Amino acid sequence: MSGASVKHIRTPLARVRGFGAAHSGTGHFWRQRLTAVANIPLSIAAAIIIVLLLGRNQSAAAQILGSPLVAIIMLLFIVSITSHMRIGMQVVIEDYVHDETIKLILIMANTFFAIAVALASAYGIFKLSFGV
Amino acid sequence: MAETKAPAARPLSPHLQIYRPMLTMMMSIAHRITGIGLYFGTAVLAWWLLAAASGPNGYAKFEWFAGSLIGRLILLGYTWALIHHMLGGIRHLIWDTGRGFGPNEREWLAAANLVGSVAITALLWIIGLLAMGGSR
Repeated sequence: MSGASVKHIRTPLARVRGFGAAHSGTGHFWRQRLTAVANIPLSIAAAIIIVLLLGRNQSAAAQILGSPLVAIIMLLFIVSITSHMRIGMQVVIEDYVHDETIKLILIMANTFFAIAVALASAYGIFKLSFGV
Repeated sequence: MAETKAPAARPLSPHLQIYRPMLTMMMSIAHRITGIGLYFGTAVLAWWLLAAASGPNGYAKFEWFAGSLIGRLILLGYTWALIHHMLGGIRHLIWDTGRGFGPNEREWLAAANLVGSVAITALLWIIGLLAMGGSR
């Protein structure tokens, strides 16, 4: 900022006015709510699926996990929770890590982790469904 | 205007250690901690799915871990964290509509969050352990 001696004709309000209506800047906030709402039924469904699979052997577990409805629910669950957790962890990093370089590295690592977990899980589900 | 003085020593806004611990504060902290726990717990979820896809040997390794004391504790903690974070999230969604901020409402919501998460976790594990006992 250029200090009090420099006069701007444009007021601070004029510089920010319009950004709200442009629907930008609230992307994370909105996606966090969107995935939160999706997580509610998907987590309940995933919890039921996991309880149903407890104590079953691999072939029984593989058969249930690979069936179309269960596989689709698990895929939706994985996509929704990994998107949600990526945004959440970014907020945590931004709150507590103040060094710019470390913060950027952690935000990158956060994205890598979320995508790796999502794709590894999806690979497992696809393999069970298609038997590849 | 020319000389810029160091900023005056102003009183800082009160921070965490100045407050008596309150239920709403504890539930707010618990929401963040359970979120962080769930984040790393997804690695176990991925391992479980990959183990199921890899075949009987891979699945046996996962089952050995899940059946061990540490594995059981991690899964119990993960279940509780998931339900607590979900109920806490529903609380936040209620707050997003502008409701539930009254002094009694917010205390009630915080208490319901805690009691509900413990009760549902206990119920799920009782059902799960019974189901496991039944199929073996």
